[in-house]
Amino acid sequence: MPDQKGDKPLENGKKISRRTLLGGAATAAVVLAQTASGKSFQAALTKSELHLLEDPTKVPGVPPGTLGTRSPFEKPVKAPSDISSRTPLQDLFGTITPSDLHFERNHNGVPAIDPAKYELIIHGMVDKPMVFTLADLKRFPSVSRIAFLECSGNYRGAADGKITPQQLCGLTSQSEWTGVKLSTLFREVGVSPKSTWFLAEGGDAAVMTRSVPVEKGWDDAIICYAQNSEAIRPEQGYPVRLFLPGWEGNINVKWLRRIELSDQPFQTRQETSKYTEAIGGGKIRQFSFTIDARSIITYPSYPQKVEKGWIEIRGIAWSGRGKVVRVEVSTDAGKTWKPAELQGPVMDKSHTAFRYLWNWNGQSTEILSRTVDETGYVQPFLKDLLAARGGNMGYHYNPVTAWYIQNDGQVLFKAT
Amino acid sequence: MFCQKVHLMLVSMTKIRVITGVACLLFSLSLTSLQSLTTTKNGGQADTLKYPRTFGFGRTATLKEIAILDTDVRPDGKGLPAGSGKATEGKLVYAAKCSACHGATGVEGPNDQLVTIKNPTDPKVKVRNKTIGNYWPYATTIFDYIKRAMPFNQPGSLTDQEVYNLTAFLLHENGLIKAADIINANTLPKVVMPARDFFVPDDRKDGPEIR
Repeated sequence: MPDQKGDKPLENGKKISRRTLLGGAATAAVVLAQTASGKSFQAALTKSELHLLEDPTKVPGVPPGTLGTRSPFEKPVKAPSDISSRTPLQDLFGTITPSDLHFERNHNGVPAIDPAKYELIIHGMVDKPMVFTLADLKRFPSVSRIAFLECSGNYRGAADGKITPQQLCGLTSQSEWTGVKLSTLFREVGVSPKSTWFLAEGGDAAVMTRSVPVEKGWDDAIICYAQNSEAIRPEQGYPVRLFLPGWEGNINVKWLRRIELSDQPFQTRQETSKYTEAIGGGKIRQFSFTIDARSIITYPSYPQKVEKGWIEIRGIAWSGRGKVVRVEVSTDAGKTWKPAELQGPVMDKSHTAFRYLWNWNGQSTEILSRTVDETGYVQPFLKDLLAARGGNMGYHYNPVTAWYIQNDGQVLFKAT
Repeated sequence: MFCQKVHLMLVSMTKIRVITGVACLLFSLSLTSLQSLTTTKNGGQADTLKYPRTFGFGRTATLKEIAILDTDVRPDGKGLPAGSGKATEGKLVYAAKCSACHGATGVEGPNDQLVTIKNPTDPKVKVRNKTIGNYWPYATTIFDYIKRAMPFNQPGSLTDQEVYNLTAFLLHENGLIKAADIINANTLPKVVMPARDFFVPDDRKDGPEIR
């Protein structure tokens, strides 16, 4: 590295350097600093100099950079397993999930796809089978919408109550998705009026496939190339994914490479042996796309400990059938319910933030939330959901979640 | 809806404006047909009415490039390639390429159990795992999925012959075909899967009912 007019700390100490000016003692920290002429460098600071950092008005700050960074004091992270990674719902305040904290569910890893070589092929029951490059897709009229995306296998409990919102239902996230409406492409290729289903296929190592009703394609499906204003993250399907507002995560095929129009579903492995649920009476429900209304209190929640006095209960609510019209909160274990305040604008098929101001008297209790959506659906208790499905657990579990608050303020999960 | 109103308005016009009316009526009808094709319950397509018939972006796909990607198999057998397989041959492929993840007999795991345990002797085996034999509703799915995604560490590496053999092996292990049965494009769609009749379409609907 060339000498920068003596600004750079030098090993031999012959030239005047910041390090020698500062005394040359053992390095205790490295910070970015800036010279009077505007050049930045990493300055080694000794322990005795660290007090300077305690007063940021006494040291030049970090100069502008090419990418923003999180404060080193903030460390929100996803919780990965072999097959998925969960959003830290308890660490978020608004309703847009930072893209690098959006949940993941992969079926054989995240593929590396060269955008220059990317192509989407649409064929089958169409007038004109066509191939679109990424550049082609970006030339079409575009659309953006904010919407949640949730895996339909997104409920876990814990008998000892020690489970965070992230572990409990962290497979839901929200972004602004941008792309071209699938209906626009349907018109371009001339989809046959006799076509009723289409296959969406990914270009990952699982070559993921799901069958989608053509009606949804005409309705509000988006072929997305952007998430929160930038290119979709690799974990979310870079360079292109299918987005079906309000529908279970799995069918929003990532790394989308092919769409085949047909007059029947393809009965792929994902929509038969997986993503189907026993509902009692020996029946197995299939093609259950829509996410039912749900909410979760993210504060206070396990493993937090709260103090007596004013607490703003906070959480998110959503429904795959439309808008959230009401969120009710109970602070007396479900005996009485009061409406929470919804943070507007309340959007269709979107995470909606809710708040409820509560003065806790220090006595043990349970706090709960439940969503009512615009179709009149009321988020059920776990026992009601179990009863409706013949005692079977499985996909599409959206029960009311309770947090038990002990006398000492410790918050624990409790099943309803 | 909008177009129907325009239509009625035009019909009520005076004779003097008949020619203009007819022209507008035709325009109105063409809009109506386009709208009925593309408008759905969320009314999402109203803003595409001003779109040109085609944008001209993209290119025509060739039959060859479609064929390379189009490996999917439907329940009616459409998409199944030529060739056939037998359980005895599939047993060898399974032992070499599948057993490490699915167990020596398709029961042990560590990954998905593929074969139903016939007579569980261990009383602790209470949970009925979902297997091909007791849960998969269509036999064609086995071929489609193995071909596209298996083995997990070398997806897409099996020949059609190997996939047919494996499909036959897994069907036989689940007691769904005889050892000597040949599995091919004609026979595979006809294999009766026990769980087929359990499957029902989504019975949930908008509204307060919990289902």
